[in-house]
Amino acid sequence: MAEFVFFLNKAVLSGLIIGSIYALGAIGLTLIFGILRFAHIAHGDVMTVGAFFTLALAGILSAMGFSSPIPLVLITLIPAMALTAAFSIGLDRIFYKPLRDRGSQPIIIVMASIGVMLMLQGVVRIFAGTGTRNMFFDQPKDIYRIPFPGSTRDLVLTEPQLVLIVFTFVAVIALHLFLTRSRLGKAMRAVSDNADLALISGINIDHVVKATWVIGGGLACAAGSLLSMDVFLKPDLSFNLLLPIFAATIVGGIGQPYGAIAGGFLIGFSETLAIFNWSVLLRPFKASLPFDLPSSIALVPTEYKLTVPFVILIIVLVYRPTGIFKGRVL
Amino acid sequence: MSFLSIADLTGGYGQMTILNSVNLSLEKGEIGVIVGPNGAGKSTLLKAMFGLVNVTGGTITIEDEDITRLPPDRFASRRIAFVPQEYNIFPTLTVNENLEMGAYSRSDDFSAIMEHVYDIFPPLRDKRDQVAGELSGGQRQMVAVGRALMIEPRLLLLDEPTAGLSPMFMSEIFDRVIAVNRTGVTIVMVEQNAKQALAIATTGFVLANGANAFTDTGKNLLANPEVAKSFLGG
Ligand SMILES: Nc1ncnc2c1ncn2[C@@H]1O[C@H](COP(=O)(O)OP(=O)(O)O)[C@@H](O)[C@H]1O
Ligand SMILES: [Mg+2]
Repeated sequence: MAEFVFFLNKAVLSGLIIGSIYALGAIGLTLIFGILRFAHIAHGDVMTVGAFFTLALAGILSAMGFSSPIPLVLITLIPAMALTAAFSIGLDRIFYKPLRDRGSQPIIIVMASIGVMLMLQGVVRIFAGTGTRNMFFDQPKDIYRIPFPGSTRDLVLTEPQLVLIVFTFVAVIALHLFLTRSRLGKAMRAVSDNADLALISGINIDHVVKATWVIGGGLACAAGSLLSMDVFLKPDLSFNLLLPIFAATIVGGIGQPYGAIAGGFLIGFSETLAIFNWSVLLRPFKASLPFDLPSSIALVPTEYKLTVPFVILIIVLVYRPTGIFKGRVL
Repeated sequence: MSFLSIADLTGGYGQMTILNSVNLSLEKGEIGVIVGPNGAGKSTLLKAMFGLVNVTGGTITIEDEDITRLPPDRFASRRIAFVPQEYNIFPTLTVNENLEMGAYSRSDDFSAIMEHVYDIFPPLRDKRDQVAGELSGGQRQMVAVGRALMIEPRLLLLDEPTAGLSPMFMSEIFDRVIAVNRTGVTIVMVEQNAKQALAIATTGFVLANGANAFTDTGKNLLANPEVAKSFLGG
């Protein structure tokens, strides 16, 4: 039983956690692709910037002598999301919109976003250095141990992980309601479907573009911040995120928000299952096994985790380029 | 000045000129039909009216307002609607949502006009919650026209509304166009099925090589042997 709980912790809960991060990032990517027709390479670094906003705001609160029973970063997460949303609109205004207005090819805008990515990485290092930071600087992380019936081992979840799971759940439902019930949300789907007809129908494309960056930037901030809270905040946070969130976007179907969510969890669970040590689950049956049980049986060594989304991405591109939810083909 | 008046319109795509000094005028409540061979510039003319083509010369006025080079998203609020030849629906939106998007520029309650659209196109009523891309060709065309009607247009531009439809659906769409026109909507329609379309036209415009070839009442054009020989397939 303890082995099974170990599996739940290491594979299922971990998959849910990293899957949530990927889903939150991929939703933004897929919306940006659907509305603006380009792959936003700098999205991972918007996540990093968002996390730094959360930490910086918390630092300011703390310096002002503000203290609270809940960690400051959890309080500043919401204003940091708003700040990142505004920051994303600013990036669009300064770097992407001028190119769109000039009628540039999408590939040119993708190149610009690579430039923005490099620039953001530099800017973050100028302001924050290269060190690793602890988001929970004002108090320790709460750790919840949920007893599992019949096992000596508990299910273990940390405070930021719990917040992340709840946040993702709420965000997905809110996004669904926004896209299917609100006027602006429907207009977003309309622009993604047929931008010219949306224009002809009098839909204000500018509002739709802003809404896209608000959602994309806000969720990127949440994902970056909550991931940094779970581990640490590093300036190269985006390095291990960019490939999985692109894989999630493409696997789910480019331009399909529900696909991005499904793709995010698919990549997340695949990663954790691939690096899970299956030997642990076999240990109780050790005596009856016809062979010596190795101490570690994992599909992929942990250090090669990043190959998992890469392999899934290649399989999808070869066998089902539209992704799960029939998105656009690159 | 006429309700709609296009004078010496010249324009095209980028540096390429397609339209050469085209003239077209129509009175309120009329049906204007544009016919002509493939590639004559009929679609380009409608697009030019809607600010979607680079206009290099001439003017377009509607009820004395100059709308030449007005950005495409400003037409809906002026109650001018356009149904393009292709890609004229939002395929992943439901029928109802397509109509709602047609009414995007409205801030008032448009439920009455939506009911009116369902009255004009009864097959759509049962499919209102179905995704538009899954409908048959004829029904998709109804969604496209229905979307345009949501602003209760003064002027409705239709680009080949019967393209690809079976003869049965074709006359159905023509009937609907006449019904819409009877409610006071001025219509400019491009049509491949020239004979049927000219039969319902107040004025017909034959376009060839991006210029006016003939302009007359629909009846006279149908009776004109020269037009019949060159443009109506004998
Ligand atoms: N988007 C475009 N870019 C460049 N040329 C175009 C475009 N659309 C149409 N054309 C050209 O303009 C001419 C007129 O086309 P069009 O107006 O679609 O003709 P029609 O509707 O009368 O069949 C054709 O020669 C066509 O190749
Ligand atoms: Mg045409």
